[in-house]
Amino acid sequence: MKALLTSDARRALADAGFSRRAFLKGSGALIVTFASASIADRFDGVFAQGFNGTGSTRLDSWIAIGSDGIVTAYTGKCDFGQGLYTAQMQLVAEELCVPFSRVRLIQCDTSMTPDQGTTSGQQSHPTNFNTTNLALAAATARETLLKLAAARFGGSSSGLVAKDGVIGAGSNRVTYAELVGGKKFEVSLDMSAKRRHPREWTVLGTAVPRVDMREMVTGRFEFVHNVKVPGMLHGVVVRPPSVGASVMSADEASVRDLPGVVKVVVKQNFVGVVAQKPWQAMQAANRLKVNWTPGPALPTQRDAYQQIRTQPSADTLLVDSGDVDAMLSKSATVIKATYQHPYQMHGSMGSSCAVADVQGDKATLWSATQSAYPTRNTTAMLLGLKQENIRVIYTRGAGCYGINGADTVTYDAAVLSQAVGKPVRVQLSRKDEMAWENYGNLFAIDQRVGLDKDGTIAVWDYEAWSAAKGGRPGYNTPGNVVTGTLLGMNPGPFNPRTPAPPPTNPLNNGSNTAPSYIAGRVRDSQNGAGVVRSERVLSHRVRSPFFTGPLRAPERLQNTFAHESFMDEIAAHVKADPVAYRLKHLSHRRLSEAVRQAAKTANWDARPSPRPGQRLTGVVSGRGISCVCYEGDNGYVAMIADVDVDQDSGQVRVTRLVIAQDCGPISNPDGMRNQIEGGALQGMSRCLGEEVTWDNEKVTSVDWRTYHVLPLGFAPPRIDIVLINQTDEEACGSGETSITVVAAAIGNAIFDATGARLRTVPFTPERVKAALAARTSTA
Amino acid sequence: MATTRSVNGRSQSVDVDPATPLLFVLSDDLSLRGPKFGCGLGQCGACTVIANGQAIRSCVTPVNTVANAEITTLEGLGTPEKPHAIQQAFIDEQAAQCGFCLNGVILTAKAFLDKNPRANEQQVEQALSGVLCRCYANVRMLKAVNRYAKAVAR
Repeated sequence: MKALLTSDARRALADAGFSRRAFLKGSGALIVTFASASIADRFDGVFAQGFNGTGSTRLDSWIAIGSDGIVTAYTGKCDFGQGLYTAQMQLVAEELCVPFSRVRLIQCDTSMTPDQGTTSGQQSHPTNFNTTNLALAAATARETLLKLAAARFGGSSSGLVAKDGVIGAGSNRVTYAELVGGKKFEVSLDMSAKRRHPREWTVLGTAVPRVDMREMVTGRFEFVHNVKVPGMLHGVVVRPPSVGASVMSADEASVRDLPGVVKVVVKQNFVGVVAQKPWQAMQAANRLKVNWTPGPALPTQRDAYQQIRTQPSADTLLVDSGDVDAMLSKSATVIKATYQHPYQMHGSMGSSCAVADVQGDKATLWSATQSAYPTRNTTAMLLGLKQENIRVIYTRGAGCYGINGADTVTYDAAVLSQAVGKPVRVQLSRKDEMAWENYGNLFAIDQRVGLDKDGTIAVWDYEAWSAAKGGRPGYNTPGNVVTGTLLGMNPGPFNPRTPAPPPTNPLNNGSNTAPSYIAGRVRDSQNGAGVVRSERVLSHRVRSPFFTGPLRAPERLQNTFAHESFMDEIAAHVKADPVAYRLKHLSHRRLSEAVRQAAKTANWDARPSPRPGQRLTGVVSGRGISCVCYEGDNGYVAMIADVDVDQDSGQVRVTRLVIAQDCGPISNPDGMRNQIEGGALQGMSRCLGEEVTWDNEKVTSVDWRTYHVLPLGFAPPRIDIVLINQTDEEACGSGETSITVVAAAIGNAIFDATGARLRTVPFTPERVKAALAARTSTA
Repeated sequence: MATTRSVNGRSQSVDVDPATPLLFVLSDDLSLRGPKFGCGLGQCGACTVIANGQAIRSCVTPVNTVANAEITTLEGLGTPEKPHAIQQAFIDEQAAQCGFCLNGVILTAKAFLDKNPRANEQQVEQALSGVLCRCYANVRMLKAVNRYAKAVAR
């Protein structure tokens, strides 16, 4: 697979180390790191990629054209399985008017690519596919080439056409390679450079197959787990036996006689063993005697949703129209409900792994982190090295869905490598992955609305409590993940603040804290997607005993479960059709369109829930809808779920999902479908079974027997997807959109089928049966 | 202790502790990329190899228990240029996201269909009930396996 920068090319780069240079296999583009950019200019047929700090306004940081006409692009947004690598190649091919096969892409290597921070939150499509960053660079490159051609032909660039890497006008023609091959552009990104309109697209917007697929299915693809460095040793960490435990002593003698053991490393509460071989390191880590002082007792899991309401909290008022209590008191009807969402985990397929080579004052890290540059900076803090002496090479791990163990294991490898002065590979055990990762936050959410006499929502009051600690380390907080804390760094500070100050900034619904149905008015701004003008959105954030962090659709998923379930309860209360009732309270055109498209495709039967005439035993069927403006303005989705509920066993079977989604102009329709499907099924797994569990001292959901996920073999529902291609809108994300609405769509369908309401995730058979029992006792 | 076995048709001899799980011999000593450490507990399937026609979990299989076995890993099925028919089915269906689980999915399905060439879709699902894909590319993966199964049955 020579068309790609994969393992071979990476190895060439890795071998070159930094302050040196290496040819990219098959491209002819020379990679020169920031330390030696000036040397490159002396070479013919080669091209220098400089380093220009945070992001880059310089075209040469993004695009290089070799003397062979190969276009090499550099991106700070990485592919962890979502298909972004292929889509970014499509973008570059499209804007530069070159065949897809002539594009190479280098992603997230701090010695070569622009610092684009973290790849997360379905931000890559909006960031790199609109009018900035990689898209702007590619458009600038095309327009620069046209200008250079015009100068060569002696005329204006207005009549010139670029196609297949050639610019022609009449009998004049010149290739990109002839214009700039092996040379720098030496221009800044041009904000006026025009993107090609989706109507003109021939590469972007088409279902180009994933360029990594052949290597993946044949076992050739290099994951970070496969990285090998000459002289590499293997490390295994020994995590505390309970949350908050600290090291009293470690007995090195307990493993001294084991074969292959190189070193026991103890630094504050960080403990690890380095050995020649992975199996030797694992055995030594199991055998090593460490005396720990236990940490404080954990709050009882059964009381967790009550406990978080009683802690000191940091409070935020996102919206407050000031009239909510008055409006509620004079409403014809007030409806209340409380929703609860547990801690859930990323639970990556592969336990996280990293390789570090720390030699003296320099370090190279092969890491699956979503945050190459931030990881460089925080690792520098932990190792006491200079940032510029650390190179982080992003290498794909198992799908992460947010901050899994990739960051923390990178620190583990770096610390162990520094301790032994040799390259060290660390892979976490399943238990260490699951017991210590940064979980998705636990939430308890109280919802209240007041209805006017015709059943319209007049006032919406949201109040939530959630637990958090740590998160992404960013550029300076390595204590936000477990290894950093064990090494003595603190998680980001927690500053209780009650009461919340009144809102001053326009509503930013980035966490979907506000329901789609409120107007979202703050001072003169109105950023909501709905019509309810009496509104209050109040959040209390408390300290979590466990690390938390972004898990696919972080907080957006928990909030949307509460909003969309509650909307369904309100519609049922006033005996309104849930689709029509939503549309009545929405002002947002694109979200409304997604709702209509989903309803049309599902042949939605307009009527109130629950479905009339249902039996109270045996298997019954129902349907439910849920929708969201993801992050307020980053993707629009509506989902309709059909379910069968076995009222005797409490088992829920999802039989069909209809999903209508709008993420602006579609860059790769098959990639988008793949994301929608995966998000939908992962959402099913999360809402039907997933819940972090703990006892009074430690997490007890530490493998696939104790953390309950859907396996491959379950009969998946039929999935019908409507792609809404909005070619005149801005690109937004599609990776986290569908998962956000699953729990409410299924919960609403269960209600439609049975009249029983599920207000706590996951919807285990026991919880379903309890809800069914509550139904009959109140009936 | 030196142990010898056939891996992807080649005799391979390594000198390791006989209790070492087969996975580490394959991925570390022999530098194969197909079998992967997912859980180390035999629960997810990422480490699957085919030993004497049987899909086994190499992370919980001591190397000395498969001393004379014929072992096939994912790279033993086909190459990027000439993928095996089941690998081609996954390419045709674009049936993956991160790809970490593919090893377990493809080899488990292959070993099952080798023995049960007339299996129906429910039986295929049953056979894959102990395999995990955390990206949930399930729909595509099941389509790919069933596409291959149809070709096998023919």
